Amino acid sequence: MIKLIINGNQIEVEENTTVLKAARELGIEIPTFCDDDRLSKQTSCRLCIVEVEGTDKLLTSCNLEVKEGMVVNTESEKVRIALKINLSLIWAGHPNDCMKCGKSGECKLQDYSFEYDVDAEPIYSVRKEAIAKNATNHFFEIDPDKCILCGKCVRICSEQVGVGALGFKNRGQETYVSFGNDNFEDAGCVSCGSCVSVCPTGALLNKTADKYRNWDVDKVRTTCSYCGVGCQMELVVHKGKIVRVDANEEGSNRGLLCVKGKYAFNFINHRDRLTTPLVRKNGKLVEATWEEAYAKINQKYLEFKGESNSFVGFSSARCTNEENYLFQKMFRQVFKTNNIDHCARL
Amino acid sequence: MTNSISEIENNDCLFITGSNTTDTHPVLSYFIKQAKRKGAKIIVAEPRKIDLVKHSDVFVQIKPGTNIALYNGMANYIYHNGLADQKYIESRTEGYAEFLTGIIDFTPKKAAKICGCKEEDIIEAAKIFASAKSAGIYYAMGVTQHSNGTNGVKSLCNLGLITGNIGKKNAGINPLRGQNNVQGACDMGGLPNNLTGYQKVFNDEARAKFEKAWDVKIDSTPGIRIPEMIEGMADGSVKFAYVMGENPIVSDPDTNHVKAAFEKVNFLVVQDMFLTETAEYADVVLPASSFAEKEGTFTNTERRVQMVNKAIEPVGNSKPDYMILQELMTVFGYQENKTPSEIMDEIASLTPIYSGINYDRLKIKGLQWPCTDKNHPGTKYLYEEKFTRKKALFSKVEYLESAEVANKEYPVTMTTGRTLYQYHTRTMTDKTKGINTLVKENYIEINSFTATKYNLTDGEMTTVTSRRGSIKVRVKVKEILQDDVCFMPFHFAEGANVLTNTAADQYCGIPELKVCAIKFNA
Repeated sequence: MIKLIINGNQIEVEENTTVLKAARELGIEIPTFCDDDRLSKQTSCRLCIVEVEGTDKLLTSCNLEVKEGMVVNTESEKVRIALKINLSLIWAGHPNDCMKCGKSGECKLQDYSFEYDVDAEPIYSVRKEAIAKNATNHFFEIDPDKCILCGKCVRICSEQVGVGALGFKNRGQETYVSFGNDNFEDAGCVSCGSCVSVCPTGALLNKTADKYRNWDVDKVRTTCSYCGVGCQMELVVHKGKIVRVDANEEGSNRGLLCVKGKYAFNFINHRDRLTTPLVRKNGKLVEATWEEAYAKINQKYLEFKGESNSFVGFSSARCTNEENYLFQKMFRQVFKTNNIDHCARL
Repeated sequence: MTNSISEIENNDCLFITGSNTTDTHPVLSYFIKQAKRKGAKIIVAEPRKIDLVKHSDVFVQIKPGTNIALYNGMANYIYHNGLADQKYIESRTEGYAEFLTGIIDFTPKKAAKICGCKEEDIIEAAKIFASAKSAGIYYAMGVTQHSNGTNGVKSLCNLGLITGNIGKKNAGINPLRGQNNVQGACDMGGLPNNLTGYQKVFNDEARAKFEKAWDVKIDSTPGIRIPEMIEGMADGSVKFAYVMGENPIVSDPDTNHVKAAFEKVNFLVVQDMFLTETAEYADVVLPASSFAEKEGTFTNTERRVQMVNKAIEPVGNSKPDYMILQELMTVFGYQENKTPSEIMDEIASLTPIYSGINYDRLKIKGLQWPCTDKNHPGTKYLYEEKFTRKKALFSKVEYLESAEVANKEYPVTMTTGRTLYQYHTRTMTDKTKGINTLVKENYIEINSFTATKYNLTDGEMTTVTSRRGSIKVRVKVKEILQDDVCFMPFHFAEGANVLTNTAADQYCGIPELKVCAIKFNA
């Protein structure tokens, strides 16, 4: 174990821990765009700079390993000034259009710029020539204009998803992120949206017809309802409608989702949903009340009661445990039969 | 799964068979690829050159329905080349000698001939698998949906046992469950022979416990399974059928036969979110709420019970399934009115493997069963100290041909599966435009040799016929199949399951959806 001091607080951490992580254990959040525990280090955004006693230079804390007796300051005047300059340089290459950006309210660039008093009008003019949006994917688009080249999307796609559909193109001021061949399908993109999940700005945003502000939504943690992996996710709700699905990093899926979990949620609020019971009358299914529907089922139950073998139930691998429990209870307790099965074999 | 998802990246070797993991369990496949990045060896044994083959060290391309021959051939090589884990076999297993009589002459050469693959590939796979410090087996319906499905699983278990990989960290035998709560539906007794937690209906002690709790006599005879239910509906012996959240008209084999059964049954209730192909046959349709509109739990493939939380109010006049079932039971004269949390408490009180589970404990990470009391932390991997029957039992498994094999009249072998974008019968996925753009219609995948042989071109419509029926479908030429083998996704109505065979496994009744014989109509 290694002992060090950060902002006057003593802490003991494992060897090989970075200063960024040690600070986080103390509840001190050091700004960063490019760092993610799950990914390799890129150390390019230079926001995580800290002052270390005995060194003149400011050091990046995401790749700085703790040393015994180290004294670190993350909030000194020197750090704040340098951080503001670094942020201003990033901001200078970014369009000033937060008011119409879908990321507004959840954008790290916006948050840090506010926190460190970055001027809205950039004092530097480093705007690169606009590169057109890449909208080839059906679910999200890439806006190179808003990209700060933190590279998290590129790394998550290759290191975590194991696909490698995204990469950096060109060099210097001309650098931008895109699919190989600039087309998602050619690049082998599987539309899982992990790149969108990690993007700190509005450079990677879902395509959506829903207009909502990020401060105007509720998020509800739940379990995905597609395959058996059981990914943890957050349903983003705006005015009683699911408008987005966000990944959750606490589950076994570690913040990763697939195209179905992340994007195939339209069924929930879809116009084809059944909204009322239907009962067959004169050969046709017609709308009915719950009471009518229950009465019809009860009538048939009473008709065949006593012939327990004439009842069969198809339970569901799509419903909850509680519902499956009740279903078999109903068959065994009420209908007096074990004729229950479900789609486990399909 | 005997083991956990978080262990995947630490396996030294992963044997993927009967699973197109990148399409069917995408997020789990990310961890398989991460294991590879960390240095694990990957073996893939599949009829198709699936995406994971790119990340594999050895790919054994086998004919559909020949899995058992492959596994027996691998076991033969492992035994004859001193790669078996003798210490483990002696201390933790039984039936080894009997098992050996089944594989002793089943050489990789013999297996290769049946599987239509190279002998060297089988040997390489056996060597890599048996030499790994910890090797995990990952399989899905490609192993089970056969008339010999149960035996396929048993022969895979033999491989895990002979190499000492079951009951061990970062290894194990890991079925990848296909649906969000298929594990839970089995755990909850949604099976004709099981009460909750795999307590048998014919076990007097188990039954007595439920009889006391429910104040009713429970039948000690196992009920009938879905294939027999469909038979019963067709022959009139079944009069009252209740389908909750399932679409058998599209998902079950031999569509024409299934339709006739649903047409015939006296009374049919369907409870679903949409007017599915099956609901159209119903006498009463009950509108169910989606997972976003209710509270409950799903149990995932690693036995983890996890919370489902309510995000929005039920759409229209729909109701959560748990509410509908309780209201109906009350109408029938059996008072039920519990919250999901209270229902889980009732489950826990009757189910030893769920005894320690309640909603307060599930909040963040869920719990993996067995979780036998309120302080039990859950179980990361099974059988660490002992097996359910104390010692694991080797099984002597004989390779048998599929029920229907290609012949002169039906010369092409068809296998089926899921795609990345659509899900099962598309009830949910077909509501998203992007998904439908990516996989918009049914197709039959063949290689260029087969295409030339039957005079077919990529993109054209053709007619495909099996002994059960005939469909029109688009041809897709892709070089990932062996000659005279084709693949069709099972998502589409009037698609694959018009053609598939109802032949079923004698032990568990799983239909042979992975192999049937077809022909192209001239």
